[in-house]
Amino acid sequence: MDAAVKIRFRDPQIEMAHGAGGTASRRLIDHLFAPLLLGNGSDPLPDAATVDVSGASVAFTADSFVVKPLRFPGGSIGELAVNGTVNDLAVSGARAVALVVTYILEAGLPGDVLEKEVRAMSSAARVAGVAIVGGDTKVVENGKADGMYVTTAGIGSPIPGVEVSARSVRPGDKVLLSGYIADHGVTILLARGELDLDAEICSDTCSVLPFVEALARTAAPGLRWMRDPTRGGVATSLNELARDCRLAILLQENQIPVRDAVRGACELLGLDPLHIANEGQLLAVIAPEYADAALEALRATPGGLAACIIGEVLDQPAGTVISATPYGGTRIVDMLVGDPLPRIC
Amino acid sequence: MKFVDEFRDPELITRTAAEIRRLADPQRLYRLMEVCGGHTHAIYRFGLKDLLPENIELVHGPGCPVCVLPMGRIDDGLAIASDPNVIFTAFGDMMRVPGAHGSPLQHKARGVDIRIVYSPADALKMAQANPSRHVMFFAIGFETTAPSTALTLMRARALGLRNFSIFSNHVTIIPAMRAILDSPDMRIDAFIGPGHVSTVIGCRPYEWIAANEHKPVVVSGFEPLDILQSIVMILRQLNEGCAEVENQYRRVVPWEGNRAALKAIDEVFKLRSYFEWRGMGFISQSALAVRESYAEWDAEQIFPTSGLRVTDPKAAQCGEVLKGVLKPSQCKLFGKECTPEMPVGALMVSSEGACAACYTYERRRHYLVSAGA
Repeated sequence: MDAAVKIRFRDPQIEMAHGAGGTASRRLIDHLFAPLLLGNGSDPLPDAATVDVSGASVAFTADSFVVKPLRFPGGSIGELAVNGTVNDLAVSGARAVALVVTYILEAGLPGDVLEKEVRAMSSAARVAGVAIVGGDTKVVENGKADGMYVTTAGIGSPIPGVEVSARSVRPGDKVLLSGYIADHGVTILLARGELDLDAEICSDTCSVLPFVEALARTAAPGLRWMRDPTRGGVATSLNELARDCRLAILLQENQIPVRDAVRGACELLGLDPLHIANEGQLLAVIAPEYADAALEALRATPGGLAACIIGEVLDQPAGTVISATPYGGTRIVDMLVGDPLPRIC
Repeated sequence: MKFVDEFRDPELITRTAAEIRRLADPQRLYRLMEVCGGHTHAIYRFGLKDLLPENIELVHGPGCPVCVLPMGRIDDGLAIASDPNVIFTAFGDMMRVPGAHGSPLQHKARGVDIRIVYSPADALKMAQANPSRHVMFFAIGFETTAPSTALTLMRARALGLRNFSIFSNHVTIIPAMRAILDSPDMRIDAFIGPGHVSTVIGCRPYEWIAANEHKPVVVSGFEPLDILQSIVMILRQLNEGCAEVENQYRRVVPWEGNRAALKAIDEVFKLRSYFEWRGMGFISQSALAVRESYAEWDAEQIFPTSGLRVTDPKAAQCGEVLKGVLKPSQCKLFGKECTPEMPVGALMVSSEGACAACYTYERRRHYLVSAGA
């Protein structure tokens, strides 16, 4: 049967860009994985699937973590692995219940490095209120992995009253953001030590579940869509939304919170903060009549002081994210193409 | 952020844009070339075209070093990289530029040791850390980046480092501007002069353009207000019928340039008698080769390279776009066969390339006007 499915994936080889969350990743999913594995190529893919288990609705997701360096200011791979899966469930409207963890370890990894990461996972799980219930370990030869890779899979129970999907988004809806963007991606870039740049920036890795719960309490009927903008950043998440709901998103560029140090690093390297990864931010689309209550609820949540409304949904130009500059110009905000490569000359 | 926010001040920008509209004679078409790719990028990124009257046309010039690099040079560099003892290093800008057999990024995916560095000094450090390997730096850029390459070679010589070399693709801006002015289909009224290059060469080298060709040149900074102010200065000159070199970017560009940087360039490099520019053909005295006194660090001397000229895909009209004859969107391949992800022509590769900037920020522009209102 599989042989009969027509595949449009034509890329001759896998490149780093296929994992960067931008257009190449999209092609891999839309033209290869979805048609062969999910039997659909056109339905929007949420961050977690909903499956029926003996009559009960369960949210189900998986995520893998390959990060260099393993530890960085503000977090480490272990914390990311727990929060990433908790967040994928949260933005699908579910509270994480249980996780399983797979470690791929490189021979030669110091025992204390592994212990630190396992401890980091344990404490992140405690903070997020989720149980780690099992897992698996494989070891590969020295030189075949960057110390360790972690894969987590998790199930969650749907939060009552929360139903999110790109298809429910309407023109006039507001786009909310929980706080400063690009902290995580820039922190990792600097932590690799290749840049000779120093800045007091920390990764924002944390569970976004408190934000989601705040929205569920105050704006559930108006809550249309949520995402945690990780790889590819806010720009990529919103482009996916624009494509899935066949509407436009107009951003007010000067409303988007970016720390000075992050902005400085991005200016220097020719990167757009909108394309840089976050690990603890929530993007949400809310019906206009609920937007103010939702914003207030986000701001009242720990870590949400900088939350703001960054844009709104329009009907044209469909499928596009545009940004209004403070002086009346506009530009298209595209998905990330390939890996973000620093521009020098 | 200091030195940035002041030049993005909405009120000043609105006021300067109003001044431009006041100065622009509706009976006349103004064609201004921004020479530098950094300007092209800023113009699109900040939506500056929306602020200009329709009779001011901005033409994107040749000042994007990645864009003008001919394919044969990339192939030669990648041929050197195929030696397993070599570590090929380059700026991130180079990584997606297509050669005849794929880009550096595609070679890297196949296992060739290709690494991104942020300065030639980082490549030199890599050579020190890997004494058993040969580290080659694939150098690109105008006079802006040439001094740091030169200083790195001077340092390599002082250290007696034997496992380091550069493959020089450095080019110079003035011969390219001359080639544009000499081109029979040239229709440019004035130049928005390159800011970064001018920090090194200063403003004097443009004087012949004003004196002999009677075209104004205003050396400009890269923030929205810089570019708009430069346009005001150009319009004033054109309306008064005069042609001068002016320096809008005085906070960074000294009129006489940077003597120490020029001296470093002169110490290490000599002019090539000719060099190929992608889309523009061969331009004489337009590029820098490593001098004989530094031959031990010159990859072109150390490694045998074919030096083959690889013709660009015929359908791509990069040359016409580079000279300002065509707008990016008028090229037959624009947005179809040629996109930033699968570039055919180099103008689609670098974020400073006219086609990539146009594709990224403006391809659905006709919708934007209504949305932005």
